[in-house]
Amino acid sequence: MAKVPVQFRLNGSDRAAFVDAPETLLETLRRGLGDFAPKYGCGQGACGVCTVLVDGEPQLSCLTLSISCEGRQIETASGMANGPELHPLQAAFMDHFAAQCGFCTPGMLTVARALLSRNPNPTRDEVVEAISGNICRCTGYEPIIAAILTAAGSPASRRAGGGNHA
Amino acid sequence: MLDVRSCASLSEAAGILSGDRQAHLIGGGTLVMREVNEGRLTSGTLVRVTDPAFRQMSAGGARIEIGAGVTMAMVLANRDLAFLHPAARAIGGPAVRTMATVGGNLFAQTPYGDFTVALLALDAQIVVQAGYSSGRGIPIEEFLAARERGGQGLVTAVQFARPQNAGDFRFRKISRVKPKGISLMSIAALLPAAGGRISQPRIAYGAMAPTPVRARGVERALEGKTLDAGAIHAARQAALEGCRPATDAIASEWYRREVLPVHLGRLLAGEER
Repeated sequence: MAKVPVQFRLNGSDRAAFVDAPETLLETLRRGLGDFAPKYGCGQGACGVCTVLVDGEPQLSCLTLSISCEGRQIETASGMANGPELHPLQAAFMDHFAAQCGFCTPGMLTVARALLSRNPNPTRDEVVEAISGNICRCTGYEPIIAAILTAAGSPASRRAGGGNHA
Repeated sequence: MLDVRSCASLSEAAGILSGDRQAHLIGGGTLVMREVNEGRLTSGTLVRVTDPAFRQMSAGGARIEIGAGVTMAMVLANRDLAFLHPAARAIGGPAVRTMATVGGNLFAQTPYGDFTVALLALDAQIVVQAGYSSGRGIPIEEFLAARERGGQGLVTAVQFARPQNAGDFRFRKISRVKPKGISLMSIAALLPAAGGRISQPRIAYGAMAPTPVRARGVERALEGKTLDAGAIHAARQAALEGCRPATDAIASEWYRREVLPVHLGRLLAGEER
């Protein structure tokens, strides 16, 4: 089958790839472009580890066709830090021990980032709702919720609207 | 080999879907791509619709039309559809709601498809376009009965009348995991009142039969009654008519039958839980 060219912005950089027509965005990101932050988990939309932002909205990259992302803005957890300087969410996750095995962490960070970008001062219930599509099997949800609430309260996060603070 | 066709018009997509039984519409991807990832869908054509009409909504008037490609997130962002927000919010987490479409939900297998339960209670018409002809409305019950046969063409939109009062429409999803969990069941109720008495109610269940079903016994029990304790008791007594729930990983058939009258009673009484 002939490959199809696709171009989009990934974490602020223009990227292009040749993909199979039914290829998922997750496959393109990991195999084609070397961004290993989003993971393959369930492949069904139940676990959330493949979550990325497409034009600022959380989307499951394992269920998204790459060709549907032509010309769009893709953001992954890889693009959150500014060099050695962690994003406030990443720092808060570290401070609250909100990552144990780390497999769910990129997805959690991504949905948290989407939440804070539209709602800089979420309630606890709103945080719970925001991460409701993401499964954690080892850390436990309380440290994750605490980390997101802490990041929401940090001045750096507020200035950046929870988004890339670079 | 699996291929993808991107269609700039509804007619083009409908033509492909009507003429090729190996063609599958891909809306948000939350159903079809699962099949691809699990290796159950390995050949044929995935049909994408890029026509903006597929994602249009007309929600301001008495008659509402929602394009089949409208996502749950778009429904939630529309204030005119506030009465439907509980049903849209019942679908997955935020990422799923960004992707999952109203049209796709019509094809979700039980115990999924909670939004369709709401559409059934609202007596929706499903607009289906076959071939290059214009679309025609099919009553949702007829559509659901024929759903498994497939090959009907392209679902382009759903249409229904706005409830006269927002409070006339009620929806509840019951799940073990909060706030997001697979349905143990869902219940939608349209309870129009005339002179304080219920007139032509429509009650629908999800996960209580192979497809969403109407609770005709409950509708008969409520017709012409005021929504008081006596009417709610009668509705609970009739709650299980027509139900054929399954035993699955979420709940047993026995459990679903046991708790349905309880949740129906709470919904009708306006209790929070």
